[in-house]
Amino acid sequence: MKYVDEFRDPELAKTLLAEIERLLPQIEITKDRPLQIMEFCGGHTHTIFRYGLEQLLPKTIELIHGPGCPVCVLPMGRVDDCIALAERPEVIFTTFGDAMRVPGSKKNLLQAKADGADIRMVYSPLDALELAKKNPDREVIFFALGFETTMPSTALTVLQAAEENIKNFSLFCNHITTVPTIKAILDSPSMHLDGFVAPGHVSMVVGEEPFHFVANRYKKPIVITGFEPIDILQSLWLLVKQIAEGRCQVENQYARVVTAEGNSPGLKAMASVFELRDYFEWRGLGSIDNSGVKMTEAYFQFDAERKFSMPNLKVADPELCQCGDVLRGAIKPWQCQVFGSACTPETPMGALMVSSEGACAAYYNFGNLPQIMALKKESVS
Amino acid sequence: MCLGIPGQVVEIVDAAKHLAKVEISGVRRQVSLTCIVSDEHPIESCIGDWVLVHVGFAMSLINEDEAKKTLELLMELGEAQKELEAMQISEQN
Repeated sequence: MKYVDEFRDPELAKTLLAEIERLLPQIEITKDRPLQIMEFCGGHTHTIFRYGLEQLLPKTIELIHGPGCPVCVLPMGRVDDCIALAERPEVIFTTFGDAMRVPGSKKNLLQAKADGADIRMVYSPLDALELAKKNPDREVIFFALGFETTMPSTALTVLQAAEENIKNFSLFCNHITTVPTIKAILDSPSMHLDGFVAPGHVSMVVGEEPFHFVANRYKKPIVITGFEPIDILQSLWLLVKQIAEGRCQVENQYARVVTAEGNSPGLKAMASVFELRDYFEWRGLGSIDNSGVKMTEAYFQFDAERKFSMPNLKVADPELCQCGDVLRGAIKPWQCQVFGSACTPETPMGALMVSSEGACAAYYNFGNLPQIMALKKESVS
Repeated sequence: MCLGIPGQVVEIVDAAKHLAKVEISGVRRQVSLTCIVSDEHPIESCIGDWVLVHVGFAMSLINEDEAKKTLELLMELGEAQKELEAMQISEQN
């Protein structure tokens, strides 16, 4: 495929790995500990595992898999709210397929569908709007989740619903924001990151400017990165180069897609439909200030949270799950006590096992499982 | 979740609503071009554009020159490495 295959070239990968290997010994701290680089986005985590990039990298560089998987960080209480909405007889509840197996406190959306709720998977929020037009006597709710990458699509769908005066369509808004979350990670006392692989598609929407604080205030290098293996290796090379040369800058490796100013029609739509929440609850990480958005007054009639009542309860994560520790990079997925035993991709307990972008599912599906389980056994005994 | 797939705009379906058919890996799908249309780049000029598609929306034009620049830079890096290797080998002689 054009713009994909070229960025999977093994020869280019070899070149980049050789450059990274050449530069690492020039960095003083690697004599004591490995460099810790966080890839924030679940899409990057997926690529890293799918192509086995971790195994190719020298031991003096360690990748910390960040919390950037919107499905993984969805708290159980919000899933319960989805199910309460979906079980209303007048409702057609529409969602991206990724969200179907996220555990709620009693069941997930897939089980609710089996129990008779009208839940439909859609590819695009526009498809949900079409469903509303075709079913004027039903209430169609779209489960809006995702980072800034997805926000323009739901915002533009709401603007279109308003323009066409469609009254039976609403969003259950669970969008989350990247920058406050990166800030929370940087402020966390247990984190000692040396650099960031920044999310390419979030940057495509918001541009470069929102990431400058990472370099300016926190003095960490950060590189906006695409999603093919060569993109990630090139970014790691750029990060290692910055560290070796003592620089902290925002660099854009993904210039074929990301512009400095971001996507102006998308940002404009987001600004009219969404505004920051004071705080938002994350699975495993707890509450983070300004880390989510809600719908603005101007579009309140499209807000499912105002249109319908729902339990809106806070539900604690399962006690045995250590998703939070994994999300903070404090432990590796296989070090969690339920990894691969009580918690597997078929029957996930924790959210990181649900989505293919979650760090645990990535380790389980693409890692060397016998070797991982042996390590786990060792660490337990 | 946040993934995007490259596709090429092949047909305008509804100019007023910015809807077009985009071919993605041989599959044609209706996609909104609202995020890539502007006064400088009106919808009529979008045919043939390579775009990054995410959940039914073309979110960005793919810049061919930038893609080429990235790849060229990496290839040059590879050439430079080979030169360096050759130099080291001949020094050992």
